[in-house]
Order: sequence, then C-alpha cells, then structure tokens
Amino acid sequence: MTQSVVVQVGQCGNQVGCRFWDLALREHAAVNKKGIYDEALSSFFRNVDTRSGGNGPDIYKGKIRSLKARALLIDMEEGVVNEILQGPLRDVFDSKQLITDVSGSGNNWAVGHKIYGCQYRENLVEKLRKTAEHCDCLQCFFIIHSMGGGTGSGLGTFVLNLLEEEFPEVYRFVTSVYPSGEDDVITSPYNSVLAMKELNEHADCVLPIENESLFEIVNKINQMINSGKLGSTVKQNSLVTSSAGSAKTLQEKPFDAMNNIVANLLLNLTSSARFEGSLNMDLNEISMNLVPFPRLHYLVSSLTPLYTLADVNVPSRRLDQMFSDAFSRDHQLIQADPKHSLYLACALLVRGNVQVSDLRRNIERLKPSLHFVSWNQEGWKTGLCSVPPVGHSHSLLALANSTCVKPTFIELKDRFMKLYKKKAHLHHYLQIDGMEQSCFSEAISSLSDLIEEYNDLDATKGGPRIDPSRLKIAV
Amino acid sequence: MSIVTVQLGQCGNQIGHEVFSALCSDIRGTHGLCSKKENESYHDSCKERFFCEEESGVPVARAVLVDMEPKVISQTLSTAARSGHWKYNRHSHFCQKQGSGNNWASGYSVHGPRHKEAIMNLVQKEAEKCDRLGGFFTMMSMAGGTGSGLGAFVTQCLRDAFPTSFILNHVIWPYGTGEVIVQNYNSVLTLSHLYQSSDALLVHENDVIHKICAQLMNIKQISFRDVNQVIAHQLGSVFQPTHTAGEGSGYSRNPLGDLMETLVPHPEFKLLGLRNIPQMPENSLPYSTFSWPGLIKHLRQMLIANAKMEEGIDWQVRPPPPGSSIPSTNKPLHFNTSIANLVILRGKDVHGVDLGSFQDPSLYTSWLNPQDAFSAWKTPRAFNKYEKSASLVSNSQFLLKPLDSIVGKAWNMFASKAYLHQYTKFGIQEEDFLDCFTTLEQVISSYTNL
Repeated sequence: MTQSVVVQVGQCGNQVGCRFWDLALREHAAVNKKGIYDEALSSFFRNVDTRSGGNGPDIYKGKIRSLKARALLIDMEEGVVNEILQGPLRDVFDSKQLITDVSGSGNNWAVGHKIYGCQYRENLVEKLRKTAEHCDCLQCFFIIHSMGGGTGSGLGTFVLNLLEEEFPEVYRFVTSVYPSGEDDVITSPYNSVLAMKELNEHADCVLPIENESLFEIVNKINQMINSGKLGSTVKQNSLVTSSAGSAKTLQEKPFDAMNNIVANLLLNLTSSARFEGSLNMDLNEISMNLVPFPRLHYLVSSLTPLYTLADVNVPSRRLDQMFSDAFSRDHQLIQADPKHSLYLACALLVRGNVQVSDLRRNIERLKPSLHFVSWNQEGWKTGLCSVPPVGHSHSLLALANSTCVKPTFIELKDRFMKLYKKKAHLHHYLQIDGMEQSCFSEAISSLSDLIEEYNDLDATKGGPRIDPSRLKIAV
Repeated sequence: MSIVTVQLGQCGNQIGHEVFSALCSDIRGTHGLCSKKENESYHDSCKERFFCEEESGVPVARAVLVDMEPKVISQTLSTAARSGHWKYNRHSHFCQKQGSGNNWASGYSVHGPRHKEAIMNLVQKEAEKCDRLGGFFTMMSMAGGTGSGLGAFVTQCLRDAFPTSFILNHVIWPYGTGEVIVQNYNSVLTLSHLYQSSDALLVHENDVIHKICAQLMNIKQISFRDVNQVIAHQLGSVFQPTHTAGEGSGYSRNPLGDLMETLVPHPEFKLLGLRNIPQMPENSLPYSTFSWPGLIKHLRQMLIANAKMEEGIDWQVRPPPPGSSIPSTNKPLHFNTSIANLVILRGKDVHGVDLGSFQDPSLYTSWLNPQDAFSAWKTPRAFNKYEKSASLVSNSQFLLKPLDSIVGKAWNMFASKAYLHQYTKFGIQEEDFLDCFTTLEQVISSYTNL
C-alpha cells in the first residue's frame, strides 16, 4: 500500500484541507470498527505514541494510538492555521508540520512565489523530507490551493516546483480553485495566469474547481431539502456537503459546505487505492490513462449522488440516474458542459455495491450522447471499489479529460488581457526582485498555447473519421 | 505430473483463486457418476497435478502469486484459507506496494528485472516440490500493467530457466469498450511478446463470458466473481484428469504436453479458443437432460460458425463442399477454418460417443491429416455436477476478428501518438511498438489465409 502527503497552501488550501482531514477521519472511523491501525489508514495517517512527545517512532501495527495526518500546512498569515489548531482537529497535526508567517502575501503571486519561496525554501525542503521519510512507499503529493490569491497561488506553485526537483518520482496531483468572474480580488487574473504556467509545466494532473459550480451545487441541495419535495427524508450524513459528527443542515461557515465537496472529491479519488474492490484503480493508473499528452493534464470532475434518501432500496433506475447525473452540466465542479465538448479520455470510479454489469450497461447507454476523439472512441477507465462513502450505498466519481475546460481558460485569458493591456497593478509585481515583464508574457503565451491545443482537438470533432491504414505484411 | 500455476496481477490472482476452488470442489463432490475406483483415480490424479499435501491434510495449491500491490493477494490468500478445503502456501507469493499503473512498460522494464530473482526463486521452489514437473500455467490479463507487462517478462524468464518445459498462458482479453484506456497498447505489447516465449495462449474474452452469464446463467447483476467462476468452470473442464489414450488407459500423465502436441503443430499458430457446453445455473441442472449426439451437434456448429456460446448459433453456416481445394477468399463467409481441434467429454456413457463429424476434412486446412488434426479425450467421471459436459479447445480462426479489432484500435491510437510518453519514459520506444505491430499483423495474416 502506498502513502500520500497533502500539502495545503494558503487560506483556501488550508480550509479545504481541514475539511478533507475531518471527512477522512469520519470515513475511516466508519470502516475501521476494531481500532486497529491498518494499511488503508496508513495511506493518509501516521500512528504515533504521543506519550513520548510525538518523537517516538511510528507504530506500524496494532491498535491506533494517535493518528497524525501526513500533511504540511503552509500559510503566510496565521489566522487560518491557528484556527485549525484550536479546533477539533488540533491533535491530528503537530507543530512540525506547519510553516506560517505573519504578514500574508497581499494577493500578490510574486510575493508568494519569489519572496516567500526563496525565504522558506530550506524550511520547506526539510519538512517535506521529514514527511517523506515517515512514508514506507510515498506515491503522491496532493497540493490544495487557490489560484487567485497570493500565497496559495504563488507559494503553492513554488512548492510544486520544489516537489518536482526534490521528489521527481512522486506524482503531483493539484487541486486548484479557480477564481470566478465576480472575484473580489482584482489581481486574481494575474495570479491565476502566472500560476497556470507552473501547473502546465510541473503538475502531473490538475483538478480544476470553480467556486461558482460549488456554490450552485450547495444551493441545489439546500433547495431540495427545504422544498420538502422529496417523499422521504434525506440522510443528513450523506450530503456531499455534510461534516463529520454533527448533523446540522445549517452550515456555520458559508464556505464549509463548498469545501466539503472538494474534500469528498479527494476521498473518492483515493478510495480505490485505500480499500479493496474487484477492479482496483490506483493513482498512478489515473495519470496513465487520463493524460494522453503531457500538457493536457486538466481533469474535469463530477461527484454523484449529492445526497441519498433514507429509503435504502436501490432499484437499478436510481443507479442509472447516478451515471446520467455524472455527465450533466450541473454536477461538474467547474462551469463546463461535457456533453457538447470532445472527450479525450474518461474515468469512472464507482464505490459501493455496484457490479461490472451495471457499469457496462451505463457505459453503453451514455456512449452515444458523448463525443470521443477519433483515436480513443472507446476510451473508458473504470474502477470498482467495494467500500462506499459514509451515508451512501454507492457513489460515482467521473474524471474527464475533455475540451470543456477550454472556456474556463479562455475567460481567464480575457480577464488577464483586460488588466494587462492597461498595465493595471503591474508595478506591484514588477517591483519584486526576480519579476520581469517577460514573466507575464511567457505566462500568457503558455496559456494561449494550451488553449490552441484544445482548439486543434475541437476542430477534429464531428469531422469524417479516417482511420490510418494498417501495416501491410508480405504474404 | 504436476503443473505449477503462476498467478499475475489482480485478474490473474482473482481467477486463479476461482480455478483452484472449482477443482477442489469438483473432487470433493459425490457426483462422479462412476465407479468408486474411477473416482479415486480421478481424485488422486487431480491432487497430484494441482495440489501438494501438507501435514494438516489440507491440500496446498501448487501456485505462485505475484502482484505489484498487496491488496488482492492478501484477499486471495485469506479467502482460500477460510474455505477450509484448500489453501495457498503462505510463502509462495511476491508483492510490492506501488502497482504498475496500467503501464506495460512499467511491468516489463521496471518491475520485471528488479524482481526477477525473487519471483523465479519462488517458482523454482514450487517446481522442486513436484515429483515430475509437467509445465507451467500462467494466468494474466493483457489490459493492465502487471499481468500484462510483468507477465510477459516472467514468461520469458520461465522459458529461459526451463527450456524444455511446457508453458501455457491463460490470457484474459478485456471488454471491447474499455476497462483501461490504454488496454489496446498493453494487449499488443503482451501478445507479441508472449508469442516468442510461450507454447500456446489459451484465451478467454470478457465480453463473451459476460454474455454467457447474462443469457445462459441468468445472473441479473453480474459481478467479476460471476465471470471468474464461469471461466474457472471452463478451465476445469479442460484440466481435470482425462484419458487421452482411449478406454482402459490411466489418466493422462502429461496434460500440457498432450495439449500442445495435439493443438499446436506450427509455432506461427498459438491462439487457442475454448468452448464448453452445456452451461446453466446450478439450480437448473437437476431438471435438464442432455444427449451426447445433441451436444456434439451443437459443439460442432459452434466451431464452424464461430459461435461464442450455445445460444444464437448460426445454423446456416456450412463447411465448403469437399474435394475441391478452395482458396480461403472463396470459402463461405463466416466459416471458421481450423488447424486442430480437441474435444473433451466428461460424464455418463462417454465411451460410445461418435465424434466422426469432427473429423470431416472440410473443417480443416489442408496441411494436416484430419486424423492428426482432431483428438478426443474422454472420462466417465462427471465434472462439476454436470451429468454430461463437452469442451472444445480449438486452434482455429476463433480469435481472428477480436485480434484484428484490438490491433486496429491500437494502431489508430498509435498513429496519433497518444499516451506514448507514458511508455517511453520507462524505455519502450516507438520502434518497439512497431515491432510488436508487425509481429501481430503477421499472425493475423497467417490465420486469415488458412
């Protein structure tokens, strides 16, 4: 079994990360009834004896003593991290896993990347090495950050670079929250495009998320609950937006519900690597199957179902509905319409009591309405994990490498150009040591190239299919 | 003579487990429908072939389990042990942590060389436990990374280490509409490499078995376990003891050798398909009766018309008229030409069955005498609760279309260069791919021109 390390950077990264650890503990508590530290737990947690001050060696077998998250919490201001350390998760982290500062990055990518990057490089390397040493077989780093700010965006992508240099064999999966159009950070387009260049060049896989989509999903759920349209009651702990322990419908903090969705995404992504199933899907398989060309590594994700009804009976119709929903526009975690774009590859990770025949039936059913690239007409990667998420009998995570990410990138480029043409706020960046005009032009050029690649693919859509002629053998 | 089984990857291990389960439950059953002496002889022969004795009396499978990640092996070992009727040797397994990521190159070029010694040591130990080694039976899928890539490497190692032993590879062909996106690449690489080191490839296609589960076994929600159990039944019907040399002779002492001798006269033709009838849900068995002539007639038509199962056979297909030597392009469409066939009959009144229809020269290519092209093995001992069971192992054009389809799709993807960077980073270059495509186009051409 392999281990993964989560690196959460900046306010958004840490808030999402915090939700992730909360839900991970809940999931393992539901599965692991005997309190024995097993391989599934070890993928994200260490088992230590805190009586020796947490300095003792890791305990690999036997009862759970104290679980420590395999995580690194990084933020250039203290507020968020301090809150985490005072909250219910304080025992899951220790001070050796934190890197904080006081003044923040001022929503400036250059401050995060160049100044803090430089300043904390050694500290980062040391702490990353320590976390890696605690792992028997480290397979993947998960970076969680937002693109629009300064720390998550700048320092986050600095860490991404660092990971490639120091741990080239370990996969880098990045969960990036992209800013929405109405983002109140004016310079978010600059920060995002500068960060995109880094993602293009150094990430293995990127899972883009847009706040707008998360917000719409949360609203949809609230509407469903409050309208009383549902015949039976919704199982509270099955909401994709719910938290561990409490069964509150009202979230105290507005972003909690949205962050829980992202946390669930990460849990489902790693479920087949942690738990058993009849067709396992590990993280290295995701990268292998969904990234046909190195730069096209942006995966649009969708999670279904968003909630389960208390009615436990699951007729196939409901199961099939889950698959249909996964491809509908309003279940995607970015503003995208997969049905009208071109798929390069698609992965379906099913959890719970679903068998291969259900999977096959639904693939056959949905295939005709989706457009696949000519050289991958039947390109589906499937995984079956026996353990369902908490509160559900089954669930589905769909990951698509599709041209439907293009609009997000085009909009980003437009917003960037609006500011850049006027040279608005540029001086905040250029005055930072190591920043030059060329950083900007290279970044926008990298994004433009990426958009072009997607355009080229879209151009092949619907065209006549000419299969290349086969090798001829002399008889 | 004993056979050492090597289970590779998730698929190989899951199926391997079902096979040993099926073999064990068959010999434990009281449905032999034959004399006590016959039953005992069958029991002993099967035990010698597939199991060895331990002090506890529980038979231990002669198998080596290999996987690059631990979950499947640990499940397989514990499920077997829990059955109480048989188990695996708890030392005969090798696993790692990371898996192969569905990457053939990772399985073949990275894991293979790295773990060659450890894996071959385990195989050597199992081989030494056999009084007489009858050969190796490897089980794998060709869609993933470990079974396919590491499987191809291990087969090569087996060939190098045991140059005179028989090696039969059981290969699972994946569902046409994907389980793994790069499955066609992995398949092309696997098949071309296996062709060099293996003696024969016995193939099961997931699509076909799935249909059998749906239409013949009436299973509503088909799981991989159901699929694997059907495969295990079919394999058991081939590998359980039989009389290869006529009534009165003992059970065959060289099953793999006999199989190769009858079915693989030429190294260019190594693809074997398997059909087994009847196939039905267990609770229907007491209510069904079969006649040998009926079964033989169906089996023959399944061969000629390339039917995958007993339902939906096209009875219009007929062999070409005898006497004339017709070039294959003029042969009736859909007619499946054979190189060699083997029919295995198990159950009641087996020795009187007339198999003349299988010796019809028009079924075969012209280069072998029909008497040499066809063999029959029989045993009066019924198998797995079926009063009568007939299996056909065929070296014919059975797999031509599926092979052509896989190569076509792989070539299509290769032309766009998609995913190649994932293979080149582990040392499999474009030229290697081209070599593999060439090898398989050659095989396709050979089978087409039968």
